[in-house]
Amino acid sequence: MSRVETGNKELRKVFAETLEELMRENKDIIYLEADLAGAIGTTGLISSMPEQAFDVGIMEANMVGAGAGMSMKGKIPFMHSFGTFASRRCADQVFLSGCYNHANIKIIGSDPGITAETNGGTHMPFEDMGIYRTFPEIAVLDVAEPHLLREMLRSMAEEYGVMYLRFPRKGKLCYYEKERTFSIGKGVIVRDGTDATVIASGIEVAEAILAAEELEEEGLHVRVVDMFTIKPLDEELVLACAQETNAVVTAENHNKIGGLGSAVAEVLAENAAVPFKRVGIPDCFGEVGNIHFLSEKFGISKEDIKEALRDVLKEK
Amino acid sequence: MKFDKRKADLLAVTIRKNTLRTIASKGTGHVGGSLSIADTLAVLYGGVMNIDPKHPEKSDRDFIVLSKGHCGPAMYAALAAKGYFDENILDTLNQNHTILPSHTDRMKTPGVDVTTGSLGQGASLAAGVAFADKLNESVSYTYLILGDGELNEGQVWESALFAAHNHLSNLITFVDANGKQLDGTTDQVCSLGSIEKKFESFGYHVISVENGNDTGQIYRAVLEAKEEKDAPSVIVLHTLKGAGIQKYMDMDNCHSVPVNKEELQDFYCELDRQER
Repeated sequence: MSRVETGNKELRKVFAETLEELMRENKDIIYLEADLAGAIGTTGLISSMPEQAFDVGIMEANMVGAGAGMSMKGKIPFMHSFGTFASRRCADQVFLSGCYNHANIKIIGSDPGITAETNGGTHMPFEDMGIYRTFPEIAVLDVAEPHLLREMLRSMAEEYGVMYLRFPRKGKLCYYEKERTFSIGKGVIVRDGTDATVIASGIEVAEAILAAEELEEEGLHVRVVDMFTIKPLDEELVLACAQETNAVVTAENHNKIGGLGSAVAEVLAENAAVPFKRVGIPDCFGEVGNIHFLSEKFGISKEDIKEALRDVLKEK
Repeated sequence: MKFDKRKADLLAVTIRKNTLRTIASKGTGHVGGSLSIADTLAVLYGGVMNIDPKHPEKSDRDFIVLSKGHCGPAMYAALAAKGYFDENILDTLNQNHTILPSHTDRMKTPGVDVTTGSLGQGASLAAGVAFADKLNESVSYTYLILGDGELNEGQVWESALFAAHNHLSNLITFVDANGKQLDGTTDQVCSLGSIEKKFESFGYHVISVENGNDTGQIYRAVLEAKEEKDAPSVIVLHTLKGAGIQKYMDMDNCHSVPVNKEELQDFYCELDRQER
């Protein structure tokens, strides 16, 4: 049973270290940065690996296009910007130069949803997964745990194709053992239960684990799934959870429209109608604030997940 | 580099004939920009590029990126002439199940290196290919073809900054400056000013070709571009939209217009007369 603990390393540190490891192992792995190295903690990486790491400046469209061009020559570019600019700002380039062109590019969007905190509504991507989920031949990943981040970066380097991964720069919460292995497209049961399932992604996985622990004290046994791949969705696991627990709640740090909740709803509506509720951000813009304020304000806190679980359990 | 002006001019005629044939098979298409770039394609496919139609994927080949992807018919015309596929396939443009879609697609057509169709994107793709070649210490060149209307796109200028900053001397860009875009002349829609001065200010080696439909002038420009070892080069081709066919040159705009199969023989004769 996974426990949520606070680690001693921010995810951006894990990101920089893992990328460096991968780049040292494979000289074809390239890192492109759109002038946010200072924010994501890769300034040292760029100066220490000048043959593979490049700050291209504030030009996300060109970064994605040039990265796609590099992949035509066997390079494997990882490219980073804040989630807003790594999605909205270069969506057509990811679609055409990336997916339609069958390129091999890895896009990293940092500070998804409310984790943009004091950068506010302009920098708060509530829609990035929704945009990319409608593109054919792309993988969309929502990650907020160090071991999972490390493993996913490794998988992204190894598997061909266009992939988008979002993670919070300053996240520190841990809930996986080092031995745990992961596959893109396969969800993970992080806590088992029989009364209902929370299918969560990103920072909502920890919230869901905490919610489940508190409900356990009330005698309710809640399963928690980390559905870190929003696309391709692990439909088999969604249906197994529906059949085995007969009630499903989704939890995501994203607009309720278009993200994890929508993806799960699509599968359930066609295959297994069980009591179902989405915890996610209502259809609105973000604003400045700290993570706790924003989590409550936008209805994605542990308490919101508990309330949603109580609602679906009433419907069973 | 091998170059024979007579052969290049003959290839340009074949490219124009094939272009008109493939568009006529569908009845309509991007005639103007396809005809204006035919001579450049004749120079590139006629001996400048390191390519092998028998091995379209050979790893040390030069890349060509037709960023104005709607002029795919001209590229297909050149590819068919060079034997990448049977010329009869030209009659399937935009038909169901075709390998010749209106915009160039590397997954569909042998010899197409990069997929394009959303203007401006080919510029970054080409810069990325050239950048990777530099990292790989490859001697290959990347040839990028932009339309002048396409220069409206901001991404072209992002890529120009990137190419100049990274000294991509292995990237040779052509601008097909025929002066017209879909909705009118480039001056009417959104004035470009001096294309040469713009690229010069971005750090490019700029070569202006007075007659961008003259294979000899185009070839000499490519030779000059290859002498440049520190900066990307741009060859600004002053061309005529619809070049080679009087009917289309006389139109206010022949961006996307019909081509009737019944007219083809007359067009072929017109082109043959120019050749003689």
